[in-house]
Amino acid sequence: MAKILSIVERAYHGTIEEQDDTILWVSHMLKNAGADISILLRGNAVNYAVMGQDASGLKFGGVALEVPPTLDRDVINLIGAGVPTYAVREDLEDRGIRQTELAKGLKLVSRAEVADLYESHDSIWHW
Amino acid sequence: MAKLTIALMDSPYESGTTTTAMRIADAAVRKGHTVNVFAYEGAVSLTMKEQKAHPNPVKGTSVEEQKHPTTATFVAGLLATGKVDWINCGMCVDERGAGNWIEGARRGGPADLLKWANDSTNTLIMGSR
Repeated sequence: MAKILSIVERAYHGTIEEQDDTILWVSHMLKNAGADISILLRGNAVNYAVMGQDASGLKFGGVALEVPPTLDRDVINLIGAGVPTYAVREDLEDRGIRQTELAKGLKLVSRAEVADLYESHDSIWHW
Repeated sequence: MAKLTIALMDSPYESGTTTTAMRIADAAVRKGHTVNVFAYEGAVSLTMKEQKAHPNPVKGTSVEEQKHPTTATFVAGLLATGKVDWINCGMCVDERGAGNWIEGARRGGPADLLKWANDSTNTLIMGSR
């Protein structure tokens, strides 16, 4: 079975309406279907791994978003489901995100190590 | 009170700009302003009446538990305030076969955007990126 690395870079697009990130979601579905899949968070998507996000309270006129997205929980659940989940260290540092804020089990790679990460997978899916 | 015109271009469920535009419209309405929204290209699908909520198999939640929102529901919430007018670009609708909308959205064209822009305090264009 091909080893897939799914790269998530474009973040917080449609996450309110979808109640999740569509690529994290489909990656989890693929894992459930038996895929050997890993995830690399890079660029703005590294923020998905920051714990304590709260997207509640949104209302349009009288219509409330009753179940907001919980992207930090989604990352935790992916890791818990056995999906190796990586984030680019420099992208975290550029945004002032400390390691203590991150989901437990998240693996950090430097930009210099990304090529090796690609090499360790058969298929690179850059969404 | 001010009148704001917003032009949207992104299709539902794929963009952060749509939610941002709706937040701006909602905030403006809450302050007593009126808002015109011109939905262009993919944005005409925001008001599609037959959008349906779905369960979330990753979280194991049912439709009822997940309370999945639709963009049409969000737009309906804005329209129900009576302070928001919504026009879908007719040609964009036709090429997509996207003509079955929620109540309150209406058909128009670029000339309506121009008229609104001329009549408004300001116009915000949120194109696709």
